[in-house]
Amino acid sequence: VCSCSLSCFCLYFPRYASLYFCCAIEDQDNELLTLEVVHRYVELLDRYFGNVCELDIIFNFEKAYFILDEFIIGGEVQDTSKRSAVKAIEDSDMLQETVEEYMNKPAF
Amino acid sequence: MPAPIRLRELIRTIRTARTQAEEREMIQKECAAIRSSFREEDNTYRCRNVAKLLYMHMLGYPAHFGQLECLKLIASQKFTDKRIGYLGAMLLLDERQDVHLLMTNCIKNDLNHSTQYVQGLALCTLGCMGSSEMCRDLAGEVEKLLKTSNSYLRKKAALCAVHVIRKVPELMEMFLPATKNLLNEKNHGVLHTSVVLLTEMCERSPDMLAHFRKLVPQLVRILKNLIMSGYSPEHDVSGISDPFLQVRILRLLRILGRNDDDSSEAMNDILAQVATNTETSKNVGNAILYETVLTIMDIKSESGLRVLAINILGRFLLNNDKNIRYVALTSLLKTVQTDHNAVQRHRSTIVDCLKDLDVSIKRRAMELSFALVNGNNVRGMMKELLYFLDSCEPEFKADCASGIFLAAEKYAPSKRWHIDTIMRVLTTAGSYVRDDAVPNLIQLITNSVEMHAYTVQRLYKAILGDYSQQPLVQVASWCIGEYGDLLVSGQCEEEEPIQVTEDEVLDILESVLISNMSASVTRGYALTAIMKLSTRFTCTVNRIKKVVSIYGSSIDVELQQRAVEYNALFKKYDHMRPALLERMPVMEKVTTNGPTEIVQTNGETETAVLETKPPHSGLQPGSQANDLLDLLGGNDITPVIPTAPTSKPASAGGELLDLLGDLNLTGSPVSAPAPQISQPPFLPDSSQPLFNDIAAGIPSITAYNKNGLKIDFSFERSNTNPSVTVITIQASNSTELDMTDFVFQAAVPKTFQLQLLSPSSSVIPAFNSGTITQVIKVLNPQKQQLRMRIKLTYNHKGSAMQDLAEVNNFPPQSWQ
Repeated sequence: VCSCSLSCFCLYFPRYASLYFCCAIEDQDNELLTLEVVHRYVELLDRYFGNVCELDIIFNFEKAYFILDEFIIGGEVQDTSKRSAVKAIEDSDMLQETVEEYMNKPAF
Repeated sequence: MPAPIRLRELIRTIRTARTQAEEREMIQKECAAIRSSFREEDNTYRCRNVAKLLYMHMLGYPAHFGQLECLKLIASQKFTDKRIGYLGAMLLLDERQDVHLLMTNCIKNDLNHSTQYVQGLALCTLGCMGSSEMCRDLAGEVEKLLKTSNSYLRKKAALCAVHVIRKVPELMEMFLPATKNLLNEKNHGVLHTSVVLLTEMCERSPDMLAHFRKLVPQLVRILKNLIMSGYSPEHDVSGISDPFLQVRILRLLRILGRNDDDSSEAMNDILAQVATNTETSKNVGNAILYETVLTIMDIKSESGLRVLAINILGRFLLNNDKNIRYVALTSLLKTVQTDHNAVQRHRSTIVDCLKDLDVSIKRRAMELSFALVNGNNVRGMMKELLYFLDSCEPEFKADCASGIFLAAEKYAPSKRWHIDTIMRVLTTAGSYVRDDAVPNLIQLITNSVEMHAYTVQRLYKAILGDYSQQPLVQVASWCIGEYGDLLVSGQCEEEEPIQVTEDEVLDILESVLISNMSASVTRGYALTAIMKLSTRFTCTVNRIKKVVSIYGSSIDVELQQRAVEYNALFKKYDHMRPALLERMPVMEKVTTNGPTEIVQTNGETETAVLETKPPHSGLQPGSQANDLLDLLGGNDITPVIPTAPTSKPASAGGELLDLLGDLNLTGSPVSAPAPQISQPPFLPDSSQPLFNDIAAGIPSITAYNKNGLKIDFSFERSNTNPSVTVITIQASNSTELDMTDFVFQAAVPKTFQLQLLSPSSSVIPAFNSGTITQVIKVLNPQKQQLRMRIKLTYNHKGSAMQDLAEVNNFPPQSWQ
């Protein structure tokens, strides 16, 4: 991990194989816990995609965002259970319309 | 028109681009297609197009023309649209675009949607990027959702509430009723977010803080259950149950226990338990330990617990993981002022960190090492620090050199050692020494009268080999000019005197003058030195005259002026020359504008009050409160009532008298804090350099830093009256609202006298845009350790605030 310090927050760069994560935290945040947060996010990605690799994230960037939004809101962790975040995404995926449904349903 | 290409197709295409230009071309083409599709108001493909736009935005290309389209997607009934629409809103919109306000109605509707995942999307978006207007409009909806039994929504609503409070602090009250049962939840997500919400409320409002103190037993229980419970696969991280929740609870406990005896007492056991039982083999255990240490240091914990905490930090220092070492050094730096002795025990480990490979660790270790230098360990520490100076990166050398000078000045065991240390710094890091160090060093040398011969000899030898390091050459030139006669007469007692002739001395000074490496200032020093030698040397006066006259036509104006004046000295004022060039007298250390008298006003009243009341006798609580008022100049009419409802009404007053009572009885400075004296807050700002006031000699301190109000003390000593210390306070305000009617009051122990001059104003503007300055004069005839109790009252965010604090971290130079 490398870090650099700006006046109001620090940047931490944990590295997972060829992926670099960049995380900005504030003065009062626990730096060591931040590493755990990033690790947990990687675990969630792994659970959702099944053996996640770089290409999964590149081609499904919007899913990566959705998973992040189930894990963190406004900079704070919202759920500490590994299962529930992924379950919420999977349920939401089910809610997404199929192509036919999408074409036939009125927008407004 | 053919259907727009799919997202994944686009991604694949862009990835085949081999150059930046190729990629740019592809993207421009696609953006044009998307733009025309938007213009056609196509409902079917809007979602796909926005998704592609977001990908291109991620790559760094402009995507602002998609903002309105995101809004249309959010308003759509289709879930797929909403998902992408909200994502787009979070990525492309923020407070600066007026467009974002159009979202408010959609979010309001979606917050009441029948599907929880839609509600979730709305809460998430509001919680991440809601502006203050949006938050004001939608706070009611969020509050409703905070009370729902659906834990999926409740946890999101809690974090949304946190965001609302951050944006519009006045709305905090609104969420208070909903927090009643939050901690009774079993769901870890709701628990975690509730703790975050409670933390945010307590950090922002002392009233909330007082209100929530009663939750301490419940929090302790939850934490205990987490530690004792068996393996839970859902929340387990390397054998530890829900570390995220544990850390957040510890942080909330820290805020609740600060400055509060009862709460701190209630937490002692659990903190000790966590500190001793947590597994340290993985990072997660260390994360919890780290938070525990921070909490222990910040609340009013027993000394045994504090020592335990510092020992944990000491163990961290030995860890292989450099993140943990870094975190430990940062924390130790914060605690070294208050728990000096405990940190001293780990000195050798800290000094070893000077040899670490990582730059940030080295810097922390250096700062900490300087903080740990004292009279006993100065020789050993200096050896290590000088070695560090030799081998460290250039960016450290200036700070290290300054630090060494400061420490040497304070703790030098002998003058010879002092001079040797200075010499060593000048020769190893001579070009990195700060400019203001040169006059300080010169003064130091002048005052060490018996060392003159030794000093000049060593300096001469140093520049013989190499005269490129300017500060070294400047000091050396000055000394040779002053003490050149001692040099040639070979009078040195400390070491083997060297044989030097007058010509050789003049050779070296002339080389300095001629050298291209010499700065203008240095040349000035050299020329003046040569001139001074005209009265100290006997054989070479003619040579000196010649050199001086040559420089009378120098291009450098400064040198020319000097040379011309010296020439005149030779020609017309030769009779005055010996007197003018006499040896410099011992210099007084000059401090900037110290006061000459102390007018005793507040001071007198204090002493009078204390002398009429014997300490520790059975006083009524009411009169104790009145004593506090007298001591502090008594602006309030009502007695001081602290915000904690459970403690005695005038305990604040009692504490102050206890503090002063202790000092009356013992007479000598109290070294270890007695249990009832409050611990100073855990200084949060570790990025300030320790030595930012080298020229004045006394480091400034941060005396108070809480709730956005920061008070710094800077010191000056009077040069006519050594018992007087002048403290200038600067109060600054980092919150978003001004602090008005600010009143600063102070009380000092009996042996001191205090005078408070008028402040510069009574309003501290927000966002650190201005400060209030006030001068305090302290008379300390017995040179006792300076302690001070301060009371702050001000209006902030419409409510009256008041706080008492003790300032214990006065640097020794301010009172010795």
